[in-house]
Order: sequence, then structure tokens, then C-alpha cells
Amino acid sequence: MMAKNSLFAALALSVLATAPAAHAADPVKIGFITTLSTPAGYLGADQRDAFLLAMGEEGGKLGGVPVELVVEDDGLKPASGKQAADRMLQSGIKLFSGITFSNVLGAVAPGVLAADAFYVSTNAGPSTFAGKECNKNYFVASYQNDAFHSAGGQAANELGYKKVVLLAPNYQAGRDALEGFKRTFKGTVEAEIYTKLDQNDFSVEMARIRSLAPDAVYQFHPGGAGITFVKQYNNAGLSKTVPLLMPGFSLDTRMIEATGNAGDRAYLTGIWSPETDTPASKAFVAAFRKAYNRTPTLYAQQAYDAAKLIGSGLKAVNGDLTKADAFRAALKKADFKSIRGDFKFGNNNHPIQNYYLMQLQRSEGGAGPLVPVVVRQVLKDDQDVYAKACAL
Amino acid sequence: MLLIFEQLLNGLQYGAMLFMLAAGLTLIFGIMGVINLMHGSFYMVGAYCGAFAIIQTGSFLAGVLCALLGAGLYGLLVEVTIIRKLYQRDHLYQVLATFGMILFTNQAMTLIFGRTPPMVEIPAILSGSVPLGGGLEYPIMRLALIVVGAVVAVGLWYLVTRTRVGMLVRAGADDREMVDALGIDIRKLYTAVFGFGAVLCGLAGVMAAPLLAVEIGMGERILITTFVVIVIGGVGSVRGALVGALLVGMVDSMGRAFLPQLLQLVFTPTIADALGAGLVSASIYVLMAIVLIVRPKGLLPARG
Repeated sequence: MMAKNSLFAALALSVLATAPAAHAADPVKIGFITTLSTPAGYLGADQRDAFLLAMGEEGGKLGGVPVELVVEDDGLKPASGKQAADRMLQSGIKLFSGITFSNVLGAVAPGVLAADAFYVSTNAGPSTFAGKECNKNYFVASYQNDAFHSAGGQAANELGYKKVVLLAPNYQAGRDALEGFKRTFKGTVEAEIYTKLDQNDFSVEMARIRSLAPDAVYQFHPGGAGITFVKQYNNAGLSKTVPLLMPGFSLDTRMIEATGNAGDRAYLTGIWSPETDTPASKAFVAAFRKAYNRTPTLYAQQAYDAAKLIGSGLKAVNGDLTKADAFRAALKKADFKSIRGDFKFGNNNHPIQNYYLMQLQRSEGGAGPLVPVVVRQVLKDDQDVYAKACAL
Repeated sequence: MLLIFEQLLNGLQYGAMLFMLAAGLTLIFGIMGVINLMHGSFYMVGAYCGAFAIIQTGSFLAGVLCALLGAGLYGLLVEVTIIRKLYQRDHLYQVLATFGMILFTNQAMTLIFGRTPPMVEIPAILSGSVPLGGGLEYPIMRLALIVVGAVVAVGLWYLVTRTRVGMLVRAGADDREMVDALGIDIRKLYTAVFGFGAVLCGLAGVMAAPLLAVEIGMGERILITTFVVIVIGGVGSVRGALVGALLVGMVDSMGRAFLPQLLQLVFTPTIADALGAGLVSASIYVLMAIVLIVRPKGLLPARG
């Protein structure tokens, strides 16, 4: 009897003892909704892989807390993204990340935030959530969408361009891009040319640019159209006479590979390049190349930073997301080492950071592939214009 | 003036491209009575096969051969396994089946060639531009497309109007049973027409590969414009396809080039550019509507 009792007690004790331990070992689930299919699928793949790289470096942990990444492909469809988020919310996930496209984010974020869960963006940063609609649980670890374009306008000023021609697809992000450029550009805009969203032949636009003969062209064409644009710009002989300036994501690492030599000497704006010469960045690029056998894109860098940011938050609450206030405060402090350099959050939980002008040049003394080389810093500690309208 | 001439060439080049796609589509639609939504898929298959061969061998000629073979064989396969069962069915079945084939082909191409779009350089002899007098320089690759389009147009005209095969095709379109009764295997004839349409798509695809982006879904984008072309030209008529393609090519190019400037005479530049872009997108549909009001069967319908 005695033996039986003590055995029972020992069992009970061991259950009590292991319960909290088991709880602590339960990894924090992070819902990672991103675009993995469609021609833009490599953007999501790079973000996922960089996020996993950050986790792998800590042995499956972030900030010392075990984490599990639950990855879902949204297929660039807002409805698919929303369904994935709803499923994840029902399974008890309280922390989300990974969305590439602003239209998907627009569908996912409201539901996530209404459920008091957290969202940390690895790429998309639409103006809609940066101003009046800002939210205390919504953090953007990448950039506000307009900033690359405002940096473009400022870069055009500093490069001495007086007359420019602007091109973008005729949809919201395209019009926003040109607005962002014009906000900082001081010269004259000769023409704003809006292309069709699915257009991939720009012969007519090339002829028009040639006849307008501007000092420079600023163009925003993401995805396959961007590759085609740069190739046709080069083939039309325009790259010899009119410099091309564009946001970094209109010619990312993968697109540079796809365009061959066509992008030579073109200017890009951005927050980071694989050539960024800091120890943290060099270590990241080397680790990414070793793990995946390819050069990381800017999307990978942003996701890696977002993972580190999440890690800083998890560390502060030891993985207990029910301590929402403490977790939020820790995220806001942004106490992590960003590989892009200085990084802090503004009142609207969007970054205050530096933007750079880069130029595509041959590496290895002219023999290697084209790489974006930083020319100069164009915006220092830049905060988006919408922050003023945010009540946080 | 120079700009007008350059835009004329651009319109001609776009028209040549559209014609190669529309010719096959209009033959299949007008003669076999099949609504083939997957016509654009052959264009994509051609572009991918061509790009693959060019990247592997470095020879543009090999790319052309591979594109024609790839698109043609895929066309034959599709006709024998799927389209053949649909001749007697309602158009709705044809729409459903060929729409399904678009999805299937997109997935198959993704599995075979991967998600990263293949990039093709313009072949050395066709790269760069030639002076055309008066200071105008025009890319050789685009001129080559115009020439190929013209050769296809002449060749098709000869094939349809001057050869026995063309005669049978025209007769088969009018009265399938009668041709059958004369001892002609109409099945084989239809298979051949379908495969030939796919070959034309493959040719357009490989010519487009160095100029445009080779990517999954490229066929669907151009398919709608191709349908507009054959509606304007008149269903079933190769001449109609030629006229329609040139008309659409010109309206699109000229609109994109000059409409924003014309609107700037009335509006501020920002409004004119945005409004112009919207109007240009709609221009070919407006053209189609006007043509349909004036001539409901298209400009040059096959019969009557």
C-alpha cells in the first residue's frame, strides 16, 4: 500500500514537474503566409528560406525560444491568403509574418489584428496601414511602400537630372510609385507613361522616350515585365543615352541574372544590397549562399531581419505570447542587429531607416556578373509621410 | 514625323505577331467549329521549347525547329486525345475542356521547365538596329518579325486558295459529310489543320521569346487580343485575320503613342496620362464594338 502510494505521489509529482517544462518546450508557431507559386513565387521562397536560415542558426529557435514555422502559399490571391490566415487563427496561432504583396496583406491583416494576433511584415508595407489605420499589433520590418520611390526622386535630384520621364503600370501601386517619386523630385516630369498591367512589349514607350529625350527615366515594373522592360530598353539603344533609375525591386538579384548585361550601369534605390560591406551583411550572404546555393535577394534580407526582430520580442517574454503588452513593447524597441544597418520603428510601427542609391556594375574588376554597388546614401533616418496621421 | 514612322513599324510588328496566332485560331474555329481557348498555350509551349533549345545549343535555328516541333506535336496530341471527342459536342463542352487544358499546360510547363522564366538573348545576327533613313533606327529583331509575318501571310494565302489541301479544307468547312463521302479522311484533315495552327503558334512563340518575357500564362494574355482580332476580321477567314491583326496592332501602337499627347491639349499632363492609359487599354475593344455595329460578321467573313 505504502509503495503504491509513494509511486502514485511520485507520478503526480513528475507530472507536475514536467508540465511547465513541456509547455516551455512547445515551440511558438508562426504563421508564414507568402507567395510561393506564380512567376513571383521566388520572392516568397527567398523570404521563407531566409527566415528558416535565421531559425536554423539558433537550432530551431529565435531569441532562444523554440519556434515552428507554418508555411502557406497564397498564390498571389488575397482570398487564398485570408483563408490560410483564418485556418491558422483557428488552430491557435497568434503570430503572423511573410506576406509579399500589398493586396494579399490588405485581405489578411484586418482579420489577424481583429483576433488580437500579431503581424510582422517581411515585405509589403502599403500606405493604408501606415497612417490613420495603423495598429499596435502590426509591424513592418521592411519599408513603407512609397519610400523606395521617394528615394528615387531624391537620387534624381542628386544626380542632377532636370527632365525625367516616369513609367509605371496603370494600377494602384504604379500610381503610388510615381506619386512617391514626385514628392521628392524637384525637376520637371516630361511625361508620366502608364503601361497596361499585363504588358510585356514596350516598343511604343521606347519610341516615345526617345522622342522626349529626357535626362533620365524612372520606371517601376515589378516581376516579368521589369525583366522585359530592361532588356528592351537596352535593345532599343536607350541605355547608351538615357540613364535608367528604378526601385531595387524592379531589378532584384534574380532579375539581374535574367537580364544578362542589359542592366549595366542602371541605378537602383534600396535599403540593402548583397554587396553591402558590413560584417553582418557579409556573414548573412555567405550563410545564405552556403545553405541554398544562390545569392539572396532583398526579400531574403528583409525576412532574415524580420526573424531576428521576432526573436528579440520572443526573448523578452520567453515565448509566452499571452504577455501581449510585453511582447509588443519588445518588438517596438527593435533591439536586434539589422543586416541593413540602422533600424528603428517610428510611432506607426514602420521603419525609420536609411535609403541608398546603387549602380549595377561588373564585379571582380569588370569580369564578374553585374552587382548593385552602393553609390551614396540618399535618405537618412527617413520616416514615411503617413506616420503623422497615426495615433499610436 | 520620325515618331509616327517608328510607331507605324511597331504597329506592323505587333500586327504580324497577332496574325500568326489569329490565323491558326480562325482556321480551327471557322473550319472545324471548335472554340479553342488553349490556342495561347501552344504559343507558350513554342516559346518555352524554343527558349530551352536556344539556351542548350546557343543556336536560334535550333530554337525555331524545336519550337515548331514542340508546339506542333503537342497540338497533334491534344487534337487526337481531346479535341476529336468534342467536334459533335456543344460549344460549352469545348470551352470547358480547352480551359482545363490551359491549366494543365501551365502546370505541365512549370513541372518541366521550372518556375524561373528562361531568358533568351537575341541572336547575334538579329541584334542591334538598322538605320532606315532620316535618322530612324529600328531593331533588327522586330523587323525580322514583320518579315516572318509577311511570309506566313503569303504562304497561307497560297496554301488555302491554290492547293488541293486548301481546297479540301474549305470544302470540309462547308460540308463535312460531303467531303467524307468523296473518300477523303476528314479526321486526318482536321488533325492536320489543328496541328498546323499549333505550329504557327510555336513560330510566334519562338520569335517572341528573345523580345518578350517567356513565362507561365503568357498565352492567356495574348489570347483575348487574338479573339478580338478574329472577331474584327471575321470568323474563319485568313484574310480577315490579317486585316484584323494589322488593324489591332496599329490602333494599339498609335493609341499608346499619341493618345496621351492629344489629351494633353485639353487636360493637365497628369490627368491626360492616366486617362490616356485607360482609354488605350480599351481602344481595341472600342474598335471591335464599332466594327460589330457596322459589320456584325466582321470585316471579311469567310462566307458571305
